[in-house]
Amino acid sequence: MEDHGGIQPMRPEDVKVCVLTIEGTNCEDEMADAFRAVGAQAEKVHLKQLIGKTPPETRKDLEDYDILALPGGFSAGDYIRAGAILAARIRSSIGKEVERFVDDGRPVLGVCNGFQILVELGLLPAFDETMSKTATAALYTNDSGRFECRPTVLRNDNRGKCIFTSSIEKGRTLVMPIAHAEGKLLSLDPNFVQRLEDNDQIVFRYVKEDGSKAEYPWNPNGTESDIAGICNPAGNVMGMMPHPERVITRLTHSDWTRNCRSMEGDGLPIFRSVVQKIR
Amino acid sequence: MAIIDIRIDLKKGVADPEGSNTKKTLESLGFKGVADVKTAKVFEVTLDMPAEEAKKVGEEMCRKLLANPVIQNFSVTVR
Repeated sequence: MEDHGGIQPMRPEDVKVCVLTIEGTNCEDEMADAFRAVGAQAEKVHLKQLIGKTPPETRKDLEDYDILALPGGFSAGDYIRAGAILAARIRSSIGKEVERFVDDGRPVLGVCNGFQILVELGLLPAFDETMSKTATAALYTNDSGRFECRPTVLRNDNRGKCIFTSSIEKGRTLVMPIAHAEGKLLSLDPNFVQRLEDNDQIVFRYVKEDGSKAEYPWNPNGTESDIAGICNPAGNVMGMMPHPERVITRLTHSDWTRNCRSMEGDGLPIFRSVVQKIR
Repeated sequence: MAIIDIRIDLKKGVADPEGSNTKKTLESLGFKGVADVKTAKVFEVTLDMPAEEAKKVGEEMCRKLLANPVIQNFSVTVR
């Protein structure tokens, strides 16, 4: 029997996922379905339900969930900057609860707009504290100046810290679609990439189809070192620009009639990894 | 009452694809001598307080929401 240090993993069907929405999020159904596909319970929850601004019978408590997922879309219309408004609304209402959630080691996933929110909220890269007071990085306009939308090839470069890739072998490549205009990860820190690397915070890098170093269009936004997804130093908060929840089954891969190795989509292992790890 | 203009622009060295695309398009329309185009955003905020306080509050708004210090500068002017 596997040793879990006395703490048994939860059964997937007992794992509760909060898929957070506000006006403008638009990938919440796929996100909830992705967690359901690996057996977890997933609920779409509007921010107002968490902050007590809805009728009592519809209220929800973040404390009751095991995983928090921030789906893609255009929260609050991408006004000011992508993710800035939802991040500010979270910070001013349930900021402390979210910080505690992360400190508890509970996983938080942000995809696309969700990644932008995590960066604006200071939960990523979070070098020095769980949640920095202001953003210490930015997801800025793609080098092309355009909305980029196509399948990309990602390589798992994480050495084992990130809970979301715990069952994906290092170096494995996965195909996932991207769809964003602001995906270029920037920081003021000249040693940004090195710090991420040293802390094992780099999760996915864009590569070419043959696994070699990406350049445009394989790296769709021009992020240094082809970074597509990062985690916090503890490994329980991950943000990524590509959309794993859109490729849960092979049927939504663009080449499924030609390359149908199995019916499982390349995004599924991310959800399976994290749900299996909940204690 | 004070009206403040909050101007958010990009830090030096941060690429401005919207600005450079606009420059190209202006040139394609025949405008000569367009050396550079930069984009910025302006928020006009009306505050029920004296001017000097309004400026401070405007700057706090930038730090908390309107500007991301990694890519943007801000300036607040009272009308």
